[in-house]
Amino acid sequence: MRALLRRQRYLLDYSLSSLARRPGKHLALLLVYSLVVFLLASTLLFTQSLRREAALILADAPELIVQRLVAGRHDLMPADYLDRLGQLRGVSDAYGRLWGYFYDPAVKANYTLLVPRQEPPVPGEVRLGAGVARTRGLGVGDYLSLRSARGEPFSFRIAGLLEAETELVSSDLLLLNAEDFRRFFAFPADRFTDLVLRVRNPSEVRKVAEKIALALPDTRPILRDEILRTYDALFGWRQGLIIVLLGGALLAFVIFAFDRAAGLSAEERREIGILKAIGWETGDVLRMKFWEGAALSLTAFLAGYLLAYAHVFFFAAALFAPVLKGWAVLYPDFRPLPFVDGLQVATLFFFTVFPYTVATIVPIWRAAITDPDQVMR
Amino acid sequence: MIRLEQVSKVFNQGRHNEVRAVRNLSLELDTRGVTVLKGPSGSGKTSLLAMIGCLSRPTSGRIHLEGRLISNLPERFMTEVRRATFGFIFQRFNLIRGLTVLENVMLPAYPLAPDPRELRDQALDLLRQFRLAERAHNQAEWLSGGEAQRTAICRALINRPRILIADEPTANLDSQLSRELLALIGELAEQGKGVLISSHDPLVFDHAQVSRVVELRDGGLA
Repeated sequence: MRALLRRQRYLLDYSLSSLARRPGKHLALLLVYSLVVFLLASTLLFTQSLRREAALILADAPELIVQRLVAGRHDLMPADYLDRLGQLRGVSDAYGRLWGYFYDPAVKANYTLLVPRQEPPVPGEVRLGAGVARTRGLGVGDYLSLRSARGEPFSFRIAGLLEAETELVSSDLLLLNAEDFRRFFAFPADRFTDLVLRVRNPSEVRKVAEKIALALPDTRPILRDEILRTYDALFGWRQGLIIVLLGGALLAFVIFAFDRAAGLSAEERREIGILKAIGWETGDVLRMKFWEGAALSLTAFLAGYLLAYAHVFFFAAALFAPVLKGWAVLYPDFRPLPFVDGLQVATLFFFTVFPYTVATIVPIWRAAITDPDQVMR
Repeated sequence: MIRLEQVSKVFNQGRHNEVRAVRNLSLELDTRGVTVLKGPSGSGKTSLLAMIGCLSRPTSGRIHLEGRLISNLPERFMTEVRRATFGFIFQRFNLIRGLTVLENVMLPAYPLAPDPRELRDQALDLLRQFRLAERAHNQAEWLSGGEAQRTAICRALINRPRILIADEPTANLDSQLSRELLALIGELAEQGKGVLISSHDPLVFDHAQVSRVVELRDGGLA
């Protein structure tokens, strides 16, 4: 065992010196390799982080949202539906929500106007999401002037800004009082945008949804799990899109690695011949080249992954954010929470190290089985 | 004793560029003393040395080393025989550029995984013996022809082989260096090493230490 380890150490020593003896070739390979790992790891880390963030935020979301449908489209919810739903067995709480979208032509952005259930602003005041405040250049105490759908001017005093931690979901948010909301949108007094139901027992959620569908056939119950799945699918789709694009880069890298390995220089072939002639077996040469590849792969993987980690978690994935977060004028200034998934690291390792190893092993093996007597000619 | 029976070596067999380097050669060689395979270029000296030294296999025929058939061994066992029995000195030295003299000398021992300190001490002893101690940490490409040749000898000796095989060892040396090399080879022969040399240099096959000269022509005995 000791001899085996010592032998590997000798081979590793030789591999490292071999890498150091051809710095130009190996540095180029290392750079391209690290770049491929960096791009793939950035995508994976960022989308994973977005999903996790969405899941964390939605953890406090209500179990059920009920919307009314007319001709397959979302319609306003009659307030009297609330009483009927609140009496369903298993429902611990039910309330109506008021929210809507408003397009602000001044900055060409859509705001989400929402009446919070707890601590709504006093009439004439609003609390703003950081994105809206940034885009309009407003701060606490300033006035936000908007022209309603009917063309009437409204002016709200900004009572506060929403916390930066919630910016992923609150960037475009504008919180206001129910009266202001109804006046601004000319919203009927006996209507809500939708209804929210709290169900204490998670195993009863589906049953309650079935009861709603039976009791109020013109409504659509939406489960929290369905929203989570939608987010998952959305970010998964975006991640897939990027990975397909990066697949091209990965393929180019494999071709590059193959070309580098297949194009073993005359000097390298001669070196392999010398090693065999002086007593190295084909297996020793392959093991030596394996260590060489392993040292290169691991360095590139580590460098690429650490750079991706810094890119995503310290620089908010500046390169990919536009594609992965979605397009918006009111971009959330979102800093993902550092999170590393072991399976994800293993997957990435497999998809980068394995193609490189396969691409290089064949040409190296072909060189390694050369008859050692070639060096005598 | 090395015994060759009806040994042939054909390169590119069956192709338009087929070359018969060695033809049905039968020969017995002593594993002691200095034996020179003499002959013009293309006479099959190098091919014969490569087959004897387990660097390649004969196309047909058999080679025995001390009564053991070595010409049909699998690659792994052939390598073991090569490593344990033969040390090689090549015409163009074949030192590895970028490595130091010391590293080049230690290289053949790596697969045997000896104790690193012992290996280093042994390599330094050899370098001292061949007046290269002060060059131990120089890169191989900085050496003069004579120094490179002596380094190649140290490398050939690191695994303590019984037989040294030298292919045209004086081809890249001037007369003075050639004589020095032959003197060193003579000393090794006196220490009990068998030496097999291929050469068409009169300085080599006329040397006093040479115990036998085998003349080759067109792949067979002249």
